[in-house]
Amino acid sequence: MAKFQISPNFQISRRKFLTAASLGASGIMLSGCDAFDSQLSIGSGLRSFLENANGLTHRAQRLLGGGNSLAPEFTEADIRQPMRPNGVTAPDDDAYKALLANNFADWRLEVSGLVERPLSLTREQLMNMPSRTQITRHDCVEGWSCIAKWTGTPLSLLLDQAVVKPQARYVMFHCLDTIDRSLSGDIKYYGTIDLVDARHPQTILAYGVNGKPLPVENGAPLRVRVERQLGYKMPKYLYKIELVDGFADVGGGRGGYWEDNGYDWYGGI
Amino acid sequence: MESVARNQSDTGPGVPASTERPLIYRQSRWTRLTHWLWAISLFFMLLSGLQIFNARPQLYIGKQSGFGYDNTIFEIGAENTSAGPRGYTEIFGHRFDTTGVLGWSGPAGNETARGFPSWATIPSYYDLGTARVIHFFFAWILTTTLLVWLVASLINGHIRRDLAPRLDDLKRLPQDIANHARLKFHHTREYNTLQKMAYGGVLFVLLPLMIITGLAMSPSMNSVLPFLNDLLGGRQTARTIHFTVMVLLVAFFIIHILMILAAGPVNELRSIITGWYRTDPPAHGGKTSERSA
Repeated sequence: MAKFQISPNFQISRRKFLTAASLGASGIMLSGCDAFDSQLSIGSGLRSFLENANGLTHRAQRLLGGGNSLAPEFTEADIRQPMRPNGVTAPDDDAYKALLANNFADWRLEVSGLVERPLSLTREQLMNMPSRTQITRHDCVEGWSCIAKWTGTPLSLLLDQAVVKPQARYVMFHCLDTIDRSLSGDIKYYGTIDLVDARHPQTILAYGVNGKPLPVENGAPLRVRVERQLGYKMPKYLYKIELVDGFADVGGGRGGYWEDNGYDWYGGI
Repeated sequence: MESVARNQSDTGPGVPASTERPLIYRQSRWTRLTHWLWAISLFFMLLSGLQIFNARPQLYIGKQSGFGYDNTIFEIGAENTSAGPRGYTEIFGHRFDTTGVLGWSGPAGNETARGFPSWATIPSYYDLGTARVIHFFFAWILTTTLLVWLVASLINGHIRRDLAPRLDDLKRLPQDIANHARLKFHHTREYNTLQKMAYGGVLFVLLPLMIITGLAMSPSMNSVLPFLNDLLGGRQTARTIHFTVMVLLVAFFIIHILMILAAGPVNELRSIITGWYRTDPPAHGGKTSERSA
């Protein structure tokens, strides 16, 4: 045991200890974290495997919350600031600017796809439908939160009016704002949610925020509120709702603009 | 393990058994398996978590983030100064220059504004979406592992036998602190008081708190457990606690590694890989004074 001269009590000198400790620490520092970068691009086997956790989260939260568990609602006293705008806050699209110039008099909301009765509604028609007002917390995927009062038409009313066909599985939102440019042209924001969230009592198409008409930076004339998910699941500058049975052939096939850029489809966490 | 035991009973045949350092089976397979699953999960959760934090390198107190008012208690940022761009970290209004590590970092000449530096995040470049994929995958592993460990350790007696605090532990505490300060360790089957406090604190306080504050940040879980954020002081406070617990876990990790290095890394590693641990010779007569404590 002579060569294990760490002393009978396994103790080592302070000098040896400090040397070993600093070697260990520098090893950790030097390791760097680009080692995993190449394994993590969209479509790679490892990443696709890790992404399964999102489906598990989705199923687990549906199991726990069911269709109708309500997101917390707050009081007027909790509205302490204007709704923070994020993402596109002033669409540069000509079509949008023309609608805006006319105060959205020519804007229509289309409900199409897998429905029995496609709809085309003016803003007035939407606002004449029963509305819901809710003070809720908007959680951005980046980590910040902002509480605001939203007023709008429950999406379930529109779905009932259009009569959803049984094979429909998702609601796809089409937006007026260009979020990105690619070689094949401008990419307008789009996103999808399942029918459980689409029919959720707090899922509304909001035309008002904090008691005023929805301003451009928050998505005028109409934006989606899906209160049990994160902000990127609530498209702004909405003009078309399409009932679909899948989204594999739209964009990158992952169900939304941010999803195509690596974000999880289910944004409940 | 038999061969290890034989090879190292090197004090030889002539020596009385009492001076040998017996090799004992100290860590069950459940403890060893869960230990390494946690080690892997926490590594990935830390580095992906720092990446997630970089998307909004600020912490707030309350239900929401103050934009029209100030409830920021921690911030990492970058600013232009006459001496060029500098990184800073601000804690409760006290600002520190952290250029090179926090706020402004990167290869010389190619520095960028980012909260935590590239070497501390996965992926190394800015990618919130991917970091979330990694974070939540390992969140499932970590939580499942904790549950498995809890059940196994209740059944095999690990919690009752090794972790549950006893009156004796309190009495031993001062001497235990003194021993640790002098890097003087005893190798016994039992954990000492500070070990019990550290392991118990991580397993029964920090990790559960991490999971609870993580769930409190999920808008969907808020609809299932609406009282959680009321209890914690709001979603942004929950996020701040989540970050603080991360700092405590990192502190635990550093001390854990230092203690292993000081107490004999070969023996400690063997026990958490194979379960077998070489203990001190049983205390006897004249030897006791030398190893008193």
